[in-house]
Amino acid sequence: MEYKDYYKTLGVARTASTDDIKKAFRKGARKYHPDINTGAEAEAKFKDVNEAYEVLKDPERRAAYDQLGQDAPRTQGRYQPPPDWEGGFSFSDRAPHGNEGFSDFFETLFRRGAGPTSGMGSTRGADSHGRIEISIEDAYRGAERALSLRTPVVGPDGSVRLQDRTVSVQVPKGIVQGQHIRLAGQGAGPASDLFLEVSFAPHPVYCPDGRDLYLDLPVAPWEAALGGHVVMPTPGGKVDLRIPKNARTGQKLRLKGKGLPGAPAGDIYATLKIVNPKVETEQAQKFFERMAKEMPFDPRAHLGG
Amino acid sequence: MKKATMRSDTVDALSFPDLCRFCQAEEDWVIELVEQGVLEPIGGNPGNWRFIGTSIVRAKKARRLSRDLGINTAGVALVLDLLEQRDAVLRRLAQYEAV
Repeated sequence: MEYKDYYKTLGVARTASTDDIKKAFRKGARKYHPDINTGAEAEAKFKDVNEAYEVLKDPERRAAYDQLGQDAPRTQGRYQPPPDWEGGFSFSDRAPHGNEGFSDFFETLFRRGAGPTSGMGSTRGADSHGRIEISIEDAYRGAERALSLRTPVVGPDGSVRLQDRTVSVQVPKGIVQGQHIRLAGQGAGPASDLFLEVSFAPHPVYCPDGRDLYLDLPVAPWEAALGGHVVMPTPGGKVDLRIPKNARTGQKLRLKGKGLPGAPAGDIYATLKIVNPKVETEQAQKFFERMAKEMPFDPRAHLGG
Repeated sequence: MKKATMRSDTVDALSFPDLCRFCQAEEDWVIELVEQGVLEPIGGNPGNWRFIGTSIVRAKKARRLSRDLGINTAGVALVLDLLEQRDAVLRRLAQYEAV
């Protein structure tokens, strides 16, 4: 278990007032909110900031945390709470909101033996929400994905333990980012559902926008100059694409209905990118020299002067 | 570890009470978002409202923003609009940078 320096996380002094801590938390929450700042790093930082605030905003928890001291027993980054931990303190409100777990450090020190998050144990449990990352190819064809879940389960003696399980999720064909998959009856409580928000893993080629996909399509200078047909692989299969004569870099071609399937299906937008072959052989060298001599072309003519 | 195959479906449309449950939000809060134009349900009155597609995504995002950052509905509406503008700009930028 790793020791967490909550003051450092919020960027405040150990002597900071409750107001300053609140201010630092709000600033951090805005900065790292996963809806505002995309990226895995921001999400982790947002969680850290919330965890730090969860402890430091509460006078009981803060006092207990402070007692651990700066010179907390640490051996090679691992941290063990002192044996008399929790002595003399009683935590009135243990469970933070939300059902996402905090760090082991937090869970051990502040949630030990505490009940599960609110809503569970009642007749109708709270729904659970999670995320699932799929590939664009999965969205094209539909797929079955295994998802690891960790759910708190209340034992007969009232103790809480985390149960790991794997569920298989049917990813429907044509699903897009932001849509939700519902797994009926798989929420944290009885008769509750698990909702999974779909996001696409970053793709080396495609950039999604709803059901439309954008990509850069490299073309040779002669393909761009002369026009003609090129074969382009897409997640839905190979497609034949007609390049217009005298095509320019940046020119956008639309492949109607070749985007993500649906009603209506999305489109693929290919942005042309003229790529020069690397001159490595004498033959190629000669060929380009001949072009330089025989092609009357000044790409800088419009600059004037 | 136990493996289970289960019923799964895509959330395409939600009724008013279902959306409240989905977002873990009060009815009044959802109504405010509809009044702000953030959510655009099909159907004339709350009794037969159906929330589809972007409205579901926006509702959930709005809920997170208001809960995590303490923003009221007018603020959430503005943030969502700006985020959508920013994302559109970022997409365009990515296209130009790649070329």
